[in-house]
Amino acid sequence: MAQALATTLVVASLYALLGAGYVLVYRASRVLNLAQGDLLTLGGYFLFATAATFPGAPALALPLAAALSALTGVLVYVALMRPMAGHPVFAAVLVTVTLGILLRAAIVFVFTDRTRHPLQNLGLSNPPRPLAGGAVVSTFDLVMVGAAVALFAALFVFLKVSPLGIRMRAAGERALLASQRGINFHGVFALSWALAAFAGGLAGMIYSSNVRLEPSLGILGLRAFAVALVGGLDSLGGVVPAALLVAAVEVASVRWGNPLLSDVSPFLCLLVMLLIRPWGFFGTREELERV
Amino acid sequence: MSALGGGYFKTSYEADLALVDTRLRRLALTALVLVLLALPRFASGFVLDLVSQAAFAAIGALALNVLTGLAGQISLGHAGFLAAGAFTTAALVERGIVSPLVTLPATALVGGVLGLVVGIPSLRLKGLYLALGTLAMHHVVLYAAGEMQARAGGNTGFTIPAPRLGGLVFRGTVAWYYALVALAALVLVLVVNLQRSRAGRAWMAIRDRDVAAASVGIDVARYKLSAFVWSSVITALAGALFAYHRGFVSVEAFGFFVAVDYIAMIIIGGLGSALGAVLGAAFVTLLPYAIDALVAGVSPDAAQYYVFPAKFGAFGLLMALFLVFEPLGLVGIWRRVRNWVFLWPFRHRPLRASS
Repeated sequence: MAQALATTLVVASLYALLGAGYVLVYRASRVLNLAQGDLLTLGGYFLFATAATFPGAPALALPLAAALSALTGVLVYVALMRPMAGHPVFAAVLVTVTLGILLRAAIVFVFTDRTRHPLQNLGLSNPPRPLAGGAVVSTFDLVMVGAAVALFAALFVFLKVSPLGIRMRAAGERALLASQRGINFHGVFALSWALAAFAGGLAGMIYSSNVRLEPSLGILGLRAFAVALVGGLDSLGGVVPAALLVAAVEVASVRWGNPLLSDVSPFLCLLVMLLIRPWGFFGTREELERV
Repeated sequence: MSALGGGYFKTSYEADLALVDTRLRRLALTALVLVLLALPRFASGFVLDLVSQAAFAAIGALALNVLTGLAGQISLGHAGFLAAGAFTTAALVERGIVSPLVTLPATALVGGVLGLVVGIPSLRLKGLYLALGTLAMHHVVLYAAGEMQARAGGNTGFTIPAPRLGGLVFRGTVAWYYALVALAALVLVLVVNLQRSRAGRAWMAIRDRDVAAASVGIDVARYKLSAFVWSSVITALAGALFAYHRGFVSVEAFGFFVAVDYIAMIIIGGLGSALGAVLGAAFVTLLPYAIDALVAGVSPDAAQYYVFPAKFGAFGLLMALFLVFEPLGLVGIWRRVRNWVFLWPFRHRPLRASS
């Protein structure tokens, strides 16, 4: 039981990091970024590249990879999403699908599709840690939970207190009104994309250190969008309970069902939510009409 | 539909209903049919296989076009319908029912019910939310298929024997070429006729503005569901064809990227146009082979692992370019070229011309 709880927490942290990316992007561009999973993969490969360049210097490699991830987010916004403003939502969503394809192609092109382990070059190890109650998790499992908690705490403070965060919330609410009050919403949206790519990249860096790195990791992202929707596509606060719920269902279905069922369980959560409360736990109801 | 913009008037209802109305078009169609009929005489098996693949893709693309292009309901779950069709056939074959006369109607029934089930959320959900619902449906169907595959013991998939119709056995490239091209043509005629029927007009009205459609008396719920059912029945039948054609069904063949492929076909071809769906299907099917040929021509010893991402990337890049620069797709380009040829030296159609 303790093991199941610990596993739920770890999986929920991964989903929360990815879900934060979905919500940040949705609030900026009103688009579900189906490339979020590939941004995760890219984060992992950035870490692999920086670790190979600076072997044994995680203090240099980790921040550099995170910065590259955030930079990718800005580039994606400027190059792809800004030109898509005014196009139908459908087209914009497909552009993100395209982005995912391009990122995956670029990754295979540069790094080939061999399975990698960035930890080897980083000079760190990943020993198992026993917890209270007999549960055992790996060190990077704990890092994942810590990263999710830290990211959400930082985002919360940033959005509630800092002027830039308040501007971001305003622009996410209604871009036109925000721009009339002098908010540079292009800058704010670029920052949203940067944060989303950073969150995804962070999850990818930790996940690839913990498990493995391969170009098909992006599939994780597809499963995590269930989290964003269950919590409410435009609600950052909804991500946390939704991630916990989806992760709990997934862990339970491994325990009492089979691996195939656990693969599909996020989508079952999503379908149930769409039927009873399509706008999610804390989403805005009006969003349904607007899209 | 006169491309000449004037001077050609229809004088009877039959002429107005005809699908092929001018002499030039009749000539072009006859030529196309003759070429398609005679192709096995002079083309290699590889070319025939390519045409068959394109024809098969066209069936799926036409079905998706009914749902997304005409009715405006975004579906990311097209591969789910295909899988449902293929696995229904596989399940029946597994129980010893191999005749297509039984499996095809059964597949159509399963497809129709699935379309209805997936369509019901569309009465409440729009746009992005609906797309997510269809994507979730895709995963649920694949899960059910995966369970079935695991239960059957042999984890790799199901083998499907060549279908028999009376004394006719569909086996080999040429037989399948004729079967697939004929079926694609059949579906094309069906979709074109649907498009200009009451249902098609209702779908387009709903696509353009559902509130306005409802206010002129269109039963939005009914026609949304009918779009889903038409689309899913055709797609499920395409799935059954897939099973018979390949002779093998496995979950791996119906991943999310299959759905993306079909969406790319109707985007690249031109949303809402039957001709576009066919052109897009041919384009997306042939693109990987074209890139293969190109790579082989430029540098014969290029490593194989560079070819795969090049194909994948070119495909993504083309889709993005079409989305941003040519939302009307190949059909838009074709219409512009045609107008340019017919109207030269003028630039625009006369204002009063029938469109």
